[in-house]
Amino acid sequence: MGDEIETTKDKYSILLPTYNEVENLPIIIWLIIKHMKDSGHDYEVIIIDDGSPDGTQDAAKQLQKIYGEDKIILKPREKKLGLGTAYIHGMKHATGNFIIIMDADLSHHPKFITQFIEKQKSKNYDVVSGTRYVGDGGVSGWDFKRKLISRGANFLTQLLLRPGASDLTGSFRLYKKDVLEKLIKSCVSKGYVFQMEMIVRARQLRYTVGEVPITFVDRVYGESKLGGSEIFQFAKALLYLFATT
Amino acid sequence: MTKLFEWLAVFGVLGAVWLSLVNNKIECALIKQHPTLILFSPVIFLALFGFYAATVVLYRVFTFNNCEKAAAELQEEIQEARTELTKLGFQFKDNHD
Repeated sequence: MGDEIETTKDKYSILLPTYNEVENLPIIIWLIIKHMKDSGHDYEVIIIDDGSPDGTQDAAKQLQKIYGEDKIILKPREKKLGLGTAYIHGMKHATGNFIIIMDADLSHHPKFITQFIEKQKSKNYDVVSGTRYVGDGGVSGWDFKRKLISRGANFLTQLLLRPGASDLTGSFRLYKKDVLEKLIKSCVSKGYVFQMEMIVRARQLRYTVGEVPITFVDRVYGESKLGGSEIFQFAKALLYLFATT
Repeated sequence: MTKLFEWLAVFGVLGAVWLSLVNNKIECALIKQHPTLILFSPVIFLALFGFYAATVVLYRVFTFNNCEKAAAELQEEIQEARTELTKLGFQFKDNHD
């Protein structure tokens, strides 16, 4: 009776897997805090560092002191153990009902997180995926060859798998926590093709997927990786998913 | 049904139709007039599809947004973050500026 207080109980846990991101980590955290504070959503950042030798964890500890241990949570692991298990590890400590996963290398801009959240709310999507291939989405710092491989691989994937999402290998996404748990359990691939399997399995399990165009700025510090072995991994995963889903 | 079986099913049906046309199992004047066209139709379709695929992929490569503005903004934000974090007492491991 009286004042209606708008209380949204939603909380967003942002998972940041890191390996040697000592230069990028403070910047990405600063950007996340800036945009999440403005948006008014409840959130936390969980840093899952795989034993980086470059001092990433020291940087994380400094950031904890600045922003508080309730906002920045550090859950390191001893060594590099892969993305899927990093998410499982991070989720165990997540207190939010939504999980946002993104790269810590500044290629994913935290300003899109609020758009992801709005998109999710608009139709109660199970998954919201960032896409470089639609609308205002795009990439920066890619040459012709890189674009050709990316577009070619995407065309082939759309043709063979009809996944119902335009960007399969992107890793900037928002999930309902229980949905992410189920998806991770149903995925077998490792490495970056894991992202592709997640979205294909989402379609297979009849989850709804919303999309938000994002700009992808290729690694500012550090090296970007796309070699023969990545292409081989991709082809293998594509054929595997083609034959099994 | 997996995607593989969907593809096999569709190609199976198309293949069966093609085979019956080539072997004159279906009577049709048009087919009798163009026997070579029917015989090579799979190759023709494949070539046309290849042309379509190449056109679409190249079109998308050339219209792929170059987010130069986003990249420039990020550079500015990095500087801003470094300045503010330093004020907050964060010690950067190296000096990039």
